[in-house]
Amino acid sequence: MSAEAIRIAGRRPTRRLFVHQLRSEQLVFWRSREAAFFIFLFPLLLYVLLASVYSGKIYGVPPAEALLAGLVGYGCANTAFAGLAIQLVIRRENGILKRLRSTPLPPATYVGALLISTLIVFALQTIVLFGIGRAFYSTPFPSDIGSLVATIVIGAAAFAALGTATASVIRSAEGSSAVVNFILLPMAFLTGSFGPTRHYPAFLRAIGDVLPLKYFIELVNAVYLHGQGFWTQPGALAVLGAWGVAGLAFTAFKFRWEPHGS
Amino acid sequence: MHAIEVSGLRKAYGNLEAVRGVDFTIEEGEVFGLLGPNGAGKTTTVEILEGYRRRDAGEVRVLGSDPERPEPDFRERIGVVLQQSQLWPNLTVRETHAIFAGYYRAPRNVEEAIALVGLQDKANARVKTLSGGQKRRLDLGIALVGDPDLVFLDEPTTGFDPQARRAAWDMIRSLRALGKTVLLTTHYLDEAEQLSDRVAVLREGQIVRVGTPAELTTTDLQTEIRYRQDGEEVLVRTDEPTRVLAELTSAAVARGEELEGLQVRRPSLEEVYLALTAEADAAEVEP
Repeated sequence: MSAEAIRIAGRRPTRRLFVHQLRSEQLVFWRSREAAFFIFLFPLLLYVLLASVYSGKIYGVPPAEALLAGLVGYGCANTAFAGLAIQLVIRRENGILKRLRSTPLPPATYVGALLISTLIVFALQTIVLFGIGRAFYSTPFPSDIGSLVATIVIGAAAFAALGTATASVIRSAEGSSAVVNFILLPMAFLTGSFGPTRHYPAFLRAIGDVLPLKYFIELVNAVYLHGQGFWTQPGALAVLGAWGVAGLAFTAFKFRWEPHGS
Repeated sequence: MHAIEVSGLRKAYGNLEAVRGVDFTIEEGEVFGLLGPNGAGKTTTVEILEGYRRRDAGEVRVLGSDPERPEPDFRERIGVVLQQSQLWPNLTVRETHAIFAGYYRAPRNVEEAIALVGLQDKANARVKTLSGGQKRRLDLGIALVGDPDLVFLDEPTTGFDPQARRAAWDMIRSLRALGKTVLLTTHYLDEAEQLSDRVAVLREGQIVRVGTPAELTTTDLQTEIRYRQDGEEVLVRTDEPTRVLAELTSAAVARGEELEGLQVRRPSLEEVYLALTAEADAAEVEP
Protein backbone atom coordinates (compact mmCIF):
# COMPACT_ATOMS: atom_id res chain seq x y z
CA MET A 1 0.00 0.00 0.00
CA SER A 2 1.34 3.43 -0.88
CA ALA A 3 1.63 6.11 1.77
CA GLU A 4 -1.30 7.90 0.15
CA ALA A 5 -3.47 4.79 0.23
CA ILE A 6 -2.60 4.20 3.89
CA ARG A 7 -3.47 7.78 4.70
CA ILE A 8 -6.87 7.51 3.02
CA ALA A 9 -7.59 4.10 4.51
CA GLY A 10 -6.66 5.51 7.89
CA ARG A 11 -8.78 8.62 7.61
CA ARG A 12 -11.92 7.50 5.88
CA PRO A 13 -13.15 5.09 8.56
CA THR A 14 -12.71 7.72 11.24
CA ARG A 15 -14.79 10.22 9.31
CA ARG A 16 -17.40 7.59 8.52
CA LEU A 17 -17.52 6.57 12.18
CA PHE A 18 -17.83 10.19 13.27
CA VAL A 19 -20.76 10.85 10.92
CA HIS A 20 -22.40 7.57 11.96
CA GLN A 21 -22.01 8.39 15.65
CA LEU A 22 -23.26 11.96 15.19
CA ARG A 23 -26.41 10.66 13.48
CA SER A 24 -26.85 8.08 16.22
CA GLU A 25 -26.52 10.76 18.91
CA GLN A 26 -29.12 12.92 17.20
CA LEU A 27 -31.49 9.96 16.93
CA VAL A 28 -31.01 9.10 20.62
CA PHE A 29 -31.53 12.72 21.67
CA TRP A 30 -34.69 13.52 19.72
CA ARG A 31 -36.23 10.12 20.38
CA SER A 32 -36.13 10.73 24.12
CA ARG A 33 -39.11 12.90 24.90
CA GLU A 34 -37.76 13.89 28.32
CA ALA A 35 -34.50 15.14 26.82
CA ALA A 36 -36.20 16.89 23.93
CA PHE A 37 -38.59 18.62 26.32
CA PHE A 38 -36.36 19.59 29.23
CA ILE A 39 -33.29 20.38 27.18
CA PHE A 40 -34.70 21.81 23.96
CA LEU A 41 -38.22 23.11 24.63
CA PHE A 42 -38.04 24.24 28.25
CA PRO A 43 -35.81 27.32 27.68
CA LEU A 44 -38.08 28.35 24.78
CA LEU A 45 -41.15 28.12 27.04
CA LEU A 46 -39.38 30.06 29.78
CA TYR A 47 -38.55 32.77 27.28
CA VAL A 48 -42.14 33.13 26.11
CA LEU A 49 -43.29 33.21 29.73
CA LEU A 50 -40.76 35.76 31.00
CA ALA A 51 -40.99 38.03 27.95
CA SER A 52 -44.73 38.24 28.54
CA VAL A 53 -44.48 39.36 32.18
CA TYR A 54 -41.69 41.97 32.06
CA SER A 55 -42.42 45.51 30.97
CA GLY A 56 -40.42 48.74 30.69
CA LYS A 57 -36.74 48.45 29.86
CA ILE A 58 -33.93 46.10 30.93
CA TYR A 59 -30.35 47.32 30.35
CA GLY A 60 -31.92 50.12 28.31
CA VAL A 61 -33.48 47.77 25.79
CA PRO A 62 -36.94 46.18 25.53
CA PRO A 63 -37.23 43.25 27.99
CA ALA A 64 -37.84 40.74 25.18
CA GLU A 65 -34.35 41.52 23.84
CA ALA A 66 -32.53 41.40 27.19
CA LEU A 67 -34.37 38.19 28.15
CA LEU A 68 -33.55 36.66 24.78
CA ALA A 69 -29.85 37.10 25.58
CA GLY A 70 -30.41 35.73 29.10
CA LEU A 71 -32.24 32.69 27.78
CA VAL A 72 -29.50 31.99 25.23
CA GLY A 73 -27.27 31.85 28.31
CA TYR A 74 -29.66 29.59 30.20
CA GLY A 75 -30.06 27.41 27.11
CA CYS A 76 -26.31 27.01 26.85
CA ALA A 77 -25.92 25.95 30.48
CA ASN A 78 -29.03 23.78 30.26
CA THR A 79 -27.95 21.96 27.10
CA ALA A 80 -24.17 21.77 27.26
CA PHE A 81 -23.78 21.60 31.04
CA ALA A 82 -26.89 20.05 32.58
CA GLY A 83 -28.12 17.96 29.64
CA LEU A 84 -24.68 16.61 28.82
CA ALA A 85 -23.87 15.82 32.46
CA ILE A 86 -27.14 13.94 33.01
CA GLN A 87 -26.82 12.00 29.74
CA LEU A 88 -23.24 11.02 30.51
CA VAL A 89 -24.04 9.84 34.03
CA ILE A 90 -26.99 7.77 32.85
CA ARG A 91 -24.96 6.23 30.03
CA ARG A 92 -22.05 5.48 32.30
CA GLU A 93 -24.14 3.97 35.10
CA ASN A 94 -26.22 1.95 32.61
CA GLY A 95 -23.03 0.47 31.19
CA ILE A 96 -23.49 1.99 27.72
CA LEU A 97 -20.11 3.75 27.83
CA LYS A 98 -18.43 0.55 28.95
CA ARG A 99 -20.24 -1.42 26.26
CA LEU A 100 -19.17 1.04 23.56
CA ARG A 101 -15.54 0.74 24.59
CA SER A 102 -15.49 -2.88 23.45
CA THR A 103 -16.45 -1.81 19.91
CA PRO A 104 -14.07 -0.39 17.29
CA LEU A 105 -15.50 3.12 17.88
CA PRO A 106 -12.54 5.19 19.19
CA PRO A 107 -13.30 7.05 22.45
CA ALA A 108 -12.19 10.36 20.90
CA THR A 109 -14.67 9.89 18.04
CA TYR A 110 -17.41 9.12 20.53
CA VAL A 111 -16.72 12.18 22.66
CA GLY A 112 -16.32 14.40 19.59
CA ALA A 113 -19.64 13.28 18.12
CA LEU A 114 -21.41 13.74 21.46
CA LEU A 115 -20.06 17.28 21.82
CA ILE A 116 -20.94 18.27 18.25
CA SER A 117 -24.39 16.73 18.71
CA THR A 118 -24.85 18.84 21.85
CA LEU A 119 -23.69 21.93 19.99
CA ILE A 120 -26.20 21.22 17.20
CA VAL A 121 -29.05 21.03 19.72
CA PHE A 122 -27.97 24.29 21.38
CA ALA A 123 -27.47 26.07 18.02
CA LEU A 124 -30.94 24.97 16.84
CA GLN A 125 -32.41 26.15 20.11
CA THR A 126 -30.74 29.54 19.71
CA ILE A 127 -32.08 29.89 16.17
CA VAL A 128 -35.62 29.01 17.32
CA LEU A 129 -35.24 31.45 20.24
CA PHE A 130 -34.39 34.29 17.85
CA GLY A 131 -37.27 33.19 15.61
CA ILE A 132 -39.76 33.30 18.53
CA GLY A 133 -38.43 36.70 19.62
CA ARG A 134 -38.83 38.05 16.13
CA ALA A 135 -42.29 36.57 15.58
CA PHE A 136 -43.88 37.46 18.94
CA TYR A 137 -41.89 40.34 20.39
CA SER A 138 -40.38 41.99 17.27
CA THR A 139 -36.83 41.54 18.58
CA PRO A 140 -34.13 42.16 15.97
CA PHE A 141 -31.89 39.44 14.60
CA PRO A 142 -28.25 39.70 15.70
CA SER A 143 -26.28 42.12 13.54
CA ASP A 144 -22.98 40.25 13.79
CA ILE A 145 -23.78 36.62 13.03
CA GLY A 146 -20.12 35.61 13.00
CA SER A 147 -19.58 36.90 16.54
CA LEU A 148 -22.75 35.21 17.75
CA VAL A 149 -21.65 31.87 16.26
CA ALA A 150 -18.24 32.24 17.90
CA THR A 151 -19.91 33.12 21.21
CA ILE A 152 -22.16 30.07 21.04
CA VAL A 153 -19.29 27.74 20.25
CA ILE A 154 -17.09 29.17 23.03
CA GLY A 155 -19.93 29.01 25.56
CA ALA A 156 -20.94 25.47 24.56
CA ALA A 157 -17.32 24.31 24.84
CA ALA A 158 -16.82 25.84 28.30
CA PHE A 159 -20.11 24.49 29.66
CA ALA A 160 -19.57 21.07 28.07
CA ALA A 161 -16.23 20.85 29.90
CA LEU A 162 -18.05 21.71 33.14
CA GLY A 163 -20.76 19.18 32.27
CA THR A 164 -18.27 16.34 31.85
CA ALA A 165 -16.52 17.40 35.07
CA THR A 166 -19.84 17.32 36.94
CA ALA A 167 -20.67 13.93 35.43
CA SER A 168 -17.36 12.71 36.87
CA VAL A 169 -18.42 13.42 40.46
CA ILE A 170 -22.04 12.17 40.32
CA ARG A 171 -22.20 8.54 41.31
CA SER A 172 -25.73 7.47 40.46
CA ALA A 173 -28.10 7.94 37.54
CA GLU A 174 -31.09 8.48 39.86
CA GLY A 175 -29.48 11.45 41.57
CA SER A 176 -27.98 13.06 38.48
CA SER A 177 -30.91 15.26 37.50
CA ALA A 178 -31.36 16.57 41.04
CA VAL A 179 -27.68 17.38 41.54
CA VAL A 180 -27.32 19.08 38.18
CA ASN A 181 -30.44 21.20 38.56
CA PHE A 182 -29.37 22.13 42.08
CA ILE A 183 -26.38 23.78 40.39
CA LEU A 184 -28.08 25.02 37.23
CA LEU A 185 -31.15 26.82 38.53
CA PRO A 186 -29.49 28.95 41.25
CA MET A 187 -26.70 29.75 38.79
CA ALA A 188 -29.24 30.92 36.21
CA PHE A 189 -31.02 33.13 38.78
CA LEU A 190 -27.82 34.60 40.20
CA THR A 191 -26.31 35.44 36.82
CA GLY A 192 -29.26 37.19 35.24
CA SER A 193 -30.65 34.56 32.88
CA PHE A 194 -34.21 35.35 33.92
CA GLY A 195 -33.85 39.10 34.43
CA PRO A 196 -31.44 41.65 35.90
CA THR A 197 -29.78 40.96 39.24
CA ARG A 198 -28.98 44.52 40.31
CA HIS A 199 -31.69 44.51 43.02
CA TYR A 200 -30.38 41.27 44.56
CA PRO A 201 -28.56 41.46 47.92
CA ALA A 202 -24.82 42.09 47.55
CA PHE A 203 -23.76 38.61 48.73
CA LEU A 204 -25.96 36.95 46.12
CA ARG A 205 -24.51 39.17 43.44
CA ALA A 206 -21.02 38.33 44.71
CA ILE A 207 -21.76 34.63 44.20
CA GLY A 208 -23.10 35.37 40.73
CA ASP A 209 -19.91 37.27 39.95
CA VAL A 210 -17.75 34.16 40.06
CA LEU A 211 -20.06 31.89 38.06
CA PRO A 212 -19.27 31.23 34.39
CA LEU A 213 -22.83 31.83 33.20
CA LYS A 214 -22.59 35.52 34.18
CA TYR A 215 -19.69 35.96 31.77
CA PHE A 216 -21.32 34.02 28.99
CA ILE A 217 -24.42 36.21 29.29
CA GLU A 218 -22.17 39.30 29.28
CA LEU A 219 -20.69 38.04 26.05
CA VAL A 220 -24.12 37.45 24.48
CA ASN A 221 -25.30 40.88 25.71
CA ALA A 222 -22.29 42.58 24.10
CA VAL A 223 -22.74 40.75 20.81
CA TYR A 224 -26.52 40.83 20.57
CA LEU A 225 -27.69 43.89 22.52
CA HIS A 226 -24.78 46.18 21.78
CA GLY A 227 -23.62 44.92 18.40
CA GLN A 228 -20.01 44.45 19.56
CA GLY A 229 -17.58 41.76 18.39
CA PHE A 230 -17.05 38.89 20.83
CA TRP A 231 -13.34 39.80 21.06
CA THR A 232 -14.22 43.13 22.70
CA GLN A 233 -14.86 41.23 25.96
CA PRO A 234 -11.46 39.82 26.95
CA GLY A 235 -12.39 39.68 30.64
CA ALA A 236 -15.50 37.57 30.05
CA LEU A 237 -13.60 35.34 27.60
CA ALA A 238 -10.82 34.85 30.14
CA VAL A 239 -13.20 33.82 32.95
CA LEU A 240 -15.13 31.46 30.67
CA GLY A 241 -11.86 30.02 29.39
CA ALA A 242 -10.58 29.50 32.91
CA TRP A 243 -13.76 27.64 33.93
CA GLY A 244 -13.56 25.58 30.74
CA VAL A 245 -9.93 24.61 31.27
CA ALA A 246 -10.59 23.78 34.91
CA GLY A 247 -13.53 21.59 33.86
CA LEU A 248 -11.43 19.85 31.24
CA ALA A 249 -8.56 19.23 33.64
CA PHE A 250 -10.93 17.84 36.26
CA THR A 251 -12.58 15.60 33.65
CA ALA A 252 -9.24 14.29 32.43
CA PHE A 253 -8.32 13.48 36.02
CA LYS A 254 -11.59 12.06 37.30
CA PHE A 255 -13.80 10.83 34.46
CA ARG A 256 -14.47 7.11 34.29
CA TRP A 257 -16.17 5.00 31.64
CA GLU A 258 -17.38 2.25 33.90
CA PRO A 259 -20.38 2.25 36.22
CA HIS A 260 -19.80 2.68 39.94
CA GLY A 261 -20.01 -0.48 41.99
CA SER A 262 -19.12 -2.79 39.12
CA MET B 1 -3.92 -21.32 16.61
CA HIS B 2 -5.28 -20.78 20.10
CA ALA B 3 -8.04 -18.20 20.35
CA ILE B 4 -7.04 -17.38 23.93
CA GLU B 5 -3.88 -18.17 25.89
CA VAL B 6 -3.56 -17.20 29.52
CA SER B 7 -0.65 -18.03 31.80
CA GLY B 8 0.23 -16.90 35.28
CA LEU B 9 -2.50 -14.26 35.26
CA ARG B 10 -2.72 -12.19 38.43
CA LYS B 11 -4.81 -9.22 39.46
CA ALA B 12 -5.31 -7.58 42.84
CA TYR B 13 -7.56 -4.74 43.94
CA GLY B 14 -5.75 -3.25 46.89
CA ASN B 15 -5.26 -6.11 49.31
CA LEU B 16 -7.81 -8.34 47.62
CA GLU B 17 -6.22 -10.80 45.21
CA ALA B 18 -9.04 -11.39 42.74
CA VAL B 19 -7.03 -13.56 40.34
CA ARG B 20 -4.09 -15.56 41.70
CA GLY B 21 -2.18 -17.28 38.91
CA VAL B 22 -4.63 -18.51 36.31
CA ASP B 23 -3.61 -20.56 33.25
CA PHE B 24 -5.78 -21.87 30.45
CA THR B 25 -6.02 -21.98 26.66
CA ILE B 26 -9.09 -21.90 24.47
CA GLU B 27 -9.02 -23.34 20.97
CA GLU B 28 -10.68 -21.71 18.00
CA GLY B 29 -14.29 -22.78 17.69
CA GLU B 30 -14.45 -23.98 21.27
CA VAL B 31 -17.13 -23.08 23.81
CA PHE B 32 -15.24 -22.69 27.07
CA GLY B 33 -17.04 -22.30 30.37
CA LEU B 34 -15.55 -20.41 33.28
CA LEU B 35 -17.45 -21.66 36.28
CA GLY B 36 -17.28 -20.48 39.84
CA PRO B 37 -19.18 -18.87 42.71
CA ASN B 38 -19.61 -15.11 42.94
CA GLY B 39 -16.32 -13.45 43.75
CA ALA B 40 -14.21 -16.28 42.32
CA GLY B 41 -12.54 -13.94 39.82
CA LYS B 42 -14.53 -14.86 36.69
CA THR B 43 -15.49 -11.34 35.67
CA THR B 44 -12.06 -9.93 36.48
CA THR B 45 -10.46 -12.59 34.28
CA VAL B 46 -12.86 -11.97 31.42
CA GLU B 47 -12.52 -8.19 31.66
CA ILE B 48 -8.74 -8.49 31.42
CA LEU B 49 -9.18 -10.56 28.24
CA GLU B 50 -11.65 -8.02 26.84
CA GLY B 51 -9.16 -5.20 27.41
CA TYR B 52 -11.09 -3.41 30.17
CA ARG B 53 -8.57 -4.06 32.92
CA ARG B 54 -4.82 -4.21 33.23
CA ARG B 55 -3.27 -7.30 34.71
CA ASP B 56 -0.67 -7.22 37.46
CA ALA B 57 1.27 -10.19 36.09
CA GLY B 58 1.12 -13.00 33.57
CA GLU B 59 0.87 -13.46 29.83
CA VAL B 60 -2.36 -13.01 27.88
CA ARG B 61 -2.99 -13.51 24.16
CA VAL B 62 -6.44 -12.98 22.71
CA LEU B 63 -6.72 -13.59 18.95
CA GLY B 64 -2.96 -13.03 18.82
CA SER B 65 -3.17 -9.65 20.59
CA ASP B 66 -2.19 -8.50 24.03
CA PRO B 67 -5.51 -6.90 25.08
CA GLU B 68 -3.59 -4.08 26.81
CA ARG B 69 -1.95 -3.17 23.49
CA PRO B 70 -4.38 -4.63 20.95
CA GLU B 71 -3.83 -4.92 17.21
CA PRO B 72 -5.92 -2.38 15.25
CA ASP B 73 -8.58 -4.94 14.34
CA PHE B 74 -8.85 -6.54 17.79
CA ARG B 75 -12.18 -4.86 18.57
CA GLU B 76 -13.47 -5.72 15.08
CA ARG B 77 -13.09 -9.38 15.99
CA ILE B 78 -14.58 -9.61 19.49
CA GLY B 79 -18.18 -9.46 20.66
CA VAL B 80 -18.96 -8.66 24.28
CA VAL B 81 -22.04 -9.32 26.40
CA LEU B 82 -21.49 -7.60 29.74
CA GLN B 83 -22.96 -8.87 32.96
CA GLN B 84 -25.10 -5.76 33.25
CA SER B 85 -25.79 -3.13 30.67
CA GLN B 86 -28.79 -1.23 29.43
CA LEU B 87 -29.19 0.39 26.06
CA TRP B 88 -31.14 3.40 24.83
CA PRO B 89 -34.72 2.79 26.01
CA ASN B 90 -36.42 4.82 23.28
CA LEU B 91 -34.71 3.30 20.26
CA THR B 92 -36.08 0.25 18.51
CA VAL B 93 -34.38 -3.13 18.35
CA ARG B 94 -33.53 -2.49 14.68
CA GLU B 95 -32.11 1.01 15.32
CA THR B 96 -29.97 -0.30 18.18
CA HIS B 97 -28.56 -3.06 15.97
CA ALA B 98 -27.94 -0.56 13.15
CA ILE B 99 -25.99 1.76 15.48
CA PHE B 100 -23.70 -1.04 16.60
CA ALA B 101 -23.39 -2.44 13.05
CA GLY B 102 -22.07 0.97 11.99
CA TYR B 103 -19.04 0.62 14.26
CA TYR B 104 -17.64 -2.35 12.32
CA ARG B 105 -15.88 -2.54 8.95
CA ALA B 106 -17.63 -5.73 7.87
CA PRO B 107 -20.78 -6.11 9.96
CA ARG B 108 -23.35 -8.82 9.67
CA ASN B 109 -26.62 -7.82 8.01
CA VAL B 110 -28.82 -6.16 10.66
CA GLU B 111 -31.94 -8.21 9.89
CA GLU B 112 -29.85 -11.37 9.97
CA ALA B 113 -28.43 -10.49 13.39
CA ILE B 114 -31.92 -9.74 14.71
CA ALA B 115 -33.17 -13.08 13.38
CA LEU B 116 -30.17 -14.88 14.89
CA VAL B 117 -31.30 -13.89 18.38
CA GLY B 118 -34.98 -14.46 17.58
CA LEU B 119 -36.15 -10.86 17.82
CA GLN B 120 -37.66 -10.58 14.30
CA ASP B 121 -41.11 -9.93 15.73
CA LYS B 122 -39.70 -7.21 17.97
CA ALA B 123 -37.55 -5.42 15.37
CA ASN B 124 -39.71 -2.28 15.52
CA ALA B 125 -40.35 -2.41 19.27
CA ARG B 126 -38.78 0.17 21.57
CA VAL B 127 -36.11 -1.29 23.82
CA LYS B 128 -37.98 -0.18 26.96
CA THR B 129 -40.94 -2.41 26.03
CA LEU B 130 -38.85 -5.60 25.92
CA SER B 131 -38.91 -8.23 28.65
CA GLY B 132 -35.74 -9.03 30.60
CA GLY B 133 -35.05 -12.07 28.44
CA GLN B 134 -35.61 -10.11 25.24
CA LYS B 135 -33.24 -7.37 26.43
CA ARG B 136 -30.60 -10.00 27.05
CA ARG B 137 -31.14 -11.30 23.52
CA LEU B 138 -30.69 -7.75 22.27
CA ASP B 139 -27.37 -7.63 24.16
CA LEU B 140 -26.36 -10.79 22.34
CA GLY B 141 -27.62 -9.47 19.00
CA ILE B 142 -25.48 -6.32 19.19
CA ALA B 143 -22.51 -8.44 20.26
CA LEU B 144 -22.96 -10.55 17.11
CA VAL B 145 -23.78 -7.78 14.64
CA GLY B 146 -20.08 -7.05 14.13
CA ASP B 147 -19.64 -10.69 13.05
CA PRO B 148 -16.95 -11.39 15.69
CA ASP B 149 -14.70 -14.46 15.78
CA LEU B 150 -14.69 -14.53 19.56
CA VAL B 151 -17.69 -13.88 21.82
CA PHE B 152 -17.50 -13.15 25.55
CA LEU B 153 -20.65 -13.96 27.48
CA ASP B 154 -20.56 -12.86 31.10
CA GLU B 155 -23.35 -14.64 32.97
CA PRO B 156 -25.71 -14.44 30.01
CA THR B 157 -28.74 -16.03 31.69
CA THR B 158 -28.63 -14.64 35.23
CA GLY B 159 -32.17 -13.78 36.27
CA PHE B 160 -33.87 -15.72 33.47
CA ASP B 161 -36.90 -17.91 33.92
CA PRO B 162 -36.33 -21.56 32.84
CA GLN B 163 -37.92 -21.06 29.44
CA ALA B 164 -35.82 -18.01 28.61
CA ARG B 165 -32.72 -19.91 29.73
CA ARG B 166 -33.50 -22.78 27.34
CA ALA B 167 -33.91 -20.26 24.51
CA ALA B 168 -30.61 -18.59 25.40
CA TRP B 169 -28.88 -21.95 25.51
CA ASP B 170 -30.15 -22.73 22.01
CA MET B 171 -28.74 -19.43 20.83
CA ILE B 172 -25.35 -20.10 22.41
CA ARG B 173 -25.31 -23.54 20.77
CA SER B 174 -25.99 -21.85 17.44
CA LEU B 175 -22.83 -19.75 17.99
CA ARG B 176 -20.82 -22.94 18.06
CA ALA B 177 -22.53 -24.01 14.84
CA LEU B 178 -21.36 -20.71 13.30
CA GLY B 179 -17.79 -21.62 14.25
CA LYS B 180 -17.42 -18.88 16.86
CA THR B 181 -15.16 -19.23 19.83
CA VAL B 182 -17.15 -18.56 23.00
CA LEU B 183 -15.93 -17.76 26.49
CA LEU B 184 -18.86 -18.17 28.85
CA THR B 185 -18.83 -17.33 32.53
CA THR B 186 -21.58 -18.68 34.71
CA HIS B 187 -22.34 -19.70 38.23
CA TYR B 188 -24.98 -22.12 36.98
CA LEU B 189 -23.48 -25.57 36.87
CA ASP B 190 -26.08 -27.02 34.54
CA GLU B 191 -25.43 -24.19 32.13
CA ALA B 192 -21.71 -24.90 31.99
CA GLU B 193 -22.43 -28.62 31.63
CA GLN B 194 -24.98 -28.11 28.85
CA LEU B 195 -23.07 -25.64 26.73
CA SER B 196 -19.33 -25.99 27.21
CA ASP B 197 -16.85 -28.15 25.37
CA ARG B 198 -14.56 -27.64 28.35
CA VAL B 199 -15.06 -26.16 31.77
CA ALA B 200 -12.61 -24.49 34.14
CA VAL B 201 -13.70 -24.33 37.75
CA LEU B 202 -12.49 -21.13 39.36
CA ARG B 203 -12.34 -20.64 43.09
CA GLU B 204 -10.84 -17.72 44.98
CA GLY B 205 -8.88 -16.59 41.97
CA GLN B 206 -7.44 -19.97 41.05
CA ILE B 207 -8.45 -22.71 38.65
CA VAL B 208 -9.09 -25.87 40.63
CA ARG B 209 -9.99 -28.10 37.67
CA VAL B 210 -10.17 -27.97 33.85
CA GLY B 211 -11.71 -30.55 31.57
CA THR B 212 -14.73 -31.59 29.57
CA PRO B 213 -17.89 -31.85 31.66
CA ALA B 214 -17.72 -35.65 31.23
CA GLU B 215 -14.11 -35.76 32.44
CA LEU B 216 -14.94 -33.73 35.49
CA THR B 217 -17.82 -35.97 36.45
CA THR B 218 -16.07 -39.29 35.84
CA THR B 219 -12.72 -38.66 37.41
CA ASP B 220 -13.53 -36.94 40.62
CA LEU B 221 -16.23 -38.64 42.60
CA GLN B 222 -17.39 -42.16 43.14
CA THR B 223 -20.48 -43.50 41.46
CA GLU B 224 -23.51 -43.86 43.72
CA ILE B 225 -25.65 -46.99 43.82
CA ARG B 226 -28.89 -46.77 45.75
CA TYR B 227 -31.61 -49.28 46.50
CA ARG B 228 -34.06 -50.14 49.27
CA GLN B 229 -33.79 -53.21 51.41
CA ASP B 230 -36.35 -54.02 54.09
CA GLY B 231 -37.70 -50.50 53.74
CA GLU B 232 -34.28 -48.95 54.42
CA GLU B 233 -32.38 -46.92 51.85
CA VAL B 234 -28.94 -48.33 51.08
CA LEU B 235 -26.26 -46.16 49.51
CA VAL B 236 -23.02 -47.55 48.10
CA ARG B 237 -20.28 -45.27 46.81
CA THR B 238 -17.71 -46.98 44.65
CA ASP B 239 -14.89 -46.54 42.15
CA GLU B 240 -15.83 -49.88 40.57
CA PRO B 241 -19.54 -49.58 39.82
CA THR B 242 -19.57 -52.46 37.31
CA ARG B 243 -18.18 -55.01 39.76
CA VAL B 244 -20.23 -53.81 42.74
CA LEU B 245 -23.43 -53.72 40.71
CA ALA B 246 -22.81 -57.22 39.32
CA GLU B 247 -22.29 -58.57 42.83
CA LEU B 248 -25.36 -56.85 44.20
CA THR B 249 -27.65 -57.89 41.39
CA SER B 250 -26.44 -61.50 41.16
CA ALA B 251 -26.87 -61.88 44.91
CA ALA B 252 -30.39 -60.50 44.66
CA VAL B 253 -31.20 -62.78 41.69
CA ALA B 254 -29.83 -65.75 43.65
CA ARG B 255 -32.16 -64.86 46.54
CA GLY B 256 -35.00 -64.35 44.09
CA GLU B 257 -35.46 -60.79 45.25
CA GLU B 258 -35.98 -57.52 43.49
CA LEU B 259 -33.65 -54.62 44.42
CA GLU B 260 -36.29 -52.01 45.04
CA GLY B 261 -35.74 -48.54 43.68
CA LEU B 262 -32.36 -49.43 42.17
CA GLN B 263 -30.48 -46.40 40.90
CA VAL B 264 -26.99 -45.99 39.52
CA ARG B 265 -25.88 -42.41 39.43
CA ARG B 266 -22.78 -40.69 38.23
CA PRO B 267 -22.19 -37.58 40.26
CA SER B 268 -23.49 -34.41 38.62
CA LEU B 269 -21.17 -31.57 37.82
CA GLU B 270 -22.77 -29.77 40.71
CA GLU B 271 -21.58 -32.39 43.16
CA VAL B 272 -18.11 -32.38 41.62
CA TYR B 273 -18.09 -28.64 41.86
CA LEU B 274 -19.17 -28.61 45.49
CA ALA B 275 -16.57 -31.26 46.25
CA LEU B 276 -13.89 -29.21 44.53
CA THR B 277 -14.70 -26.10 46.49
CA ALA B 278 -14.83 -28.14 49.71
CA GLU B 279 -11.36 -29.54 48.84
CA ALA B 280 -10.09 -26.03 48.44
CA ASP B 281 -11.54 -25.12 51.82
CA ALA B 282 -9.81 -28.08 53.42
CA ALA B 283 -6.53 -27.25 51.69
CA GLU B 284 -6.64 -23.78 53.14
CA VAL B 285 -6.86 -25.03 56.70
CA GLU B 286 -3.65 -27.02 56.33
CA PRO B 287 -0.46 -25.14 57.07
